[in-house]
Amino acid sequence: MENIKIAIRDFNLHFGSKHVLKNINIEFPANKIVALIGPSGCGKSTLLRSLNRMHDLSPDARLEGDILLEDLHLLHPRTDVVAIRRKVGMVFQRPNPFPKSIYENVAYGLRLTGTHNEADIRARVESCLQQSYIWEETKDELQKSALQLSGGQQQRLCIARAIAVEPEVILLDEPCSALDPISTAKIEDLLLELKNRYTIVIVTHNMQQAQRVADFTAFMYLGEVIEYGPTDQIFNHPQQMLTRNYVEGHFG
Amino acid sequence: MMNRRTFWDRFYHRLFAFAAGLCVLVLLGIFGMLLLNGFRFFESVSLWSFLGSSNWNPSAWGKATYGMGAMLWSTLLVSLGAMVLAVPLGIGTAAYLSEVAPGWVRDWIKPAIELLAAVPSVVVGFIGIVVIAPIISRIFGLSNGLNALNGSILLAVMALPTIISVAEEAIRSVPNTYKEGAYALGANSWTTLMTVTLPACTSGLIAATMLGMGRVIGETMTVLMATGNANAMPHGFFDPVRTITATVAIEMGEVPYGTTHFYGLYALGAVLFLITLIINLLAESIAAKFRKQGR
Repeated sequence: MENIKIAIRDFNLHFGSKHVLKNINIEFPANKIVALIGPSGCGKSTLLRSLNRMHDLSPDARLEGDILLEDLHLLHPRTDVVAIRRKVGMVFQRPNPFPKSIYENVAYGLRLTGTHNEADIRARVESCLQQSYIWEETKDELQKSALQLSGGQQQRLCIARAIAVEPEVILLDEPCSALDPISTAKIEDLLLELKNRYTIVIVTHNMQQAQRVADFTAFMYLGEVIEYGPTDQIFNHPQQMLTRNYVEGHFG
Repeated sequence: MMNRRTFWDRFYHRLFAFAAGLCVLVLLGIFGMLLLNGFRFFESVSLWSFLGSSNWNPSAWGKATYGMGAMLWSTLLVSLGAMVLAVPLGIGTAAYLSEVAPGWVRDWIKPAIELLAAVPSVVVGFIGIVVIAPIISRIFGLSNGLNALNGSILLAVMALPTIISVAEEAIRSVPNTYKEGAYALGANSWTTLMTVTLPACTSGLIAATMLGMGRVIGETMTVLMATGNANAMPHGFFDPVRTITATVAIEMGEVPYGTTHFYGLYALGAVLFLITLIINLLAESIAAKFRKQGR
């Protein structure tokens, strides 16, 4: 594989006494889209949320092993979680813009990182909204509440908000599951565009979506990575029986 | 032909409608009584001198005067002082309870705060006299600690349970997804609270403040005991004051029936009622907006 962006080594995650992720070893290449697929409860969202330490919020989560973002040890207690989240942005399953204006949603992360020059912020907001293909629809009403946008627009706004702080990696947790097909298509086009600048990891339930956007796909089952490889291989020539049964729709 | 079941059905229907109607009737009755008696006061005293003057001396030799300016200002001063103390404290406590405190701490503190509302106001006033007043006079070098500041402190304590429980409900209703969004952008929990969570429930926090204000402005016994009872225009928090409520409570027992003074107390009550009515209506409309938006 090419340039490795994220390397996960001997990674285990427990919630209390429940062993949720088992001995994960996987590498995500830079400037590619990796899809995590698998039935509900297989741990794909949990794995995704480990990559920007969202589990810090749940007191009973116990993480072991090593996750490397280039040479940064993400799980090391001395690694600043705020710095991690600046490098690893996240887009959630349900669009969750803040109840603020469209402009302020994108500006939020910039203000947080200490950009206070309003002209810089304005320029950055515009460029992020353009990169997320939502500028044309919103440029005349940037002061409108983000909650008045449609679901698909809200999700593109959330992507704009995530890329505003110039992360290196973008995590997406089933970003289209609450959207209609047209909005979904727009987001997928956007992802294909964004991978030139960012490394993208996407959790999806939609196997067509994985085939449309992902360069690599990992199939997970009961907390383990069963098979990982180029998307074409996972869907058309799976090596494992479990993978074959899943992608052919025998269970899920 | 009406059968038995229909009869009882209608009977209970009307009984409950009557009970509900009675509440409204009592409210209208109180309002009507205040207004009617208040109006009779204005047959002999002009509205302008009532609101504009601050000289309240109904039993003066010669010409009695009825100006409520000092009392109105005293009431507002004590109430605003109470809100300045209670709102940050209340919202801070609410934020702590809903965002920071572990479950077992919340399970102890919440009932304790609710119990605070059960302390009788005469007991709070008593504490004002024997505890707060000496402390105030020592700290600020005053001869006497019974003043507006004392009243504000006590009323702040009395407003806290209302403010905390309404504000906590508001903060708790902010969807978790907002907070996750802020955390994912690298915000810490303090920044998240200040820039996302609290702004998302502003209307709920305003409602909490208004309801606390309504609670405070009508309070009588505490301010009567602890604020020094001097009916003069206060110049600051260290002056003794006498609020509208305290005046009515003190003078109603002694006033001869049917005199201008008697109707004047009704007029005071009407003004107070109008103030609390407006505050409650505002709080309700803001709270309704907050419920409709679900945050």
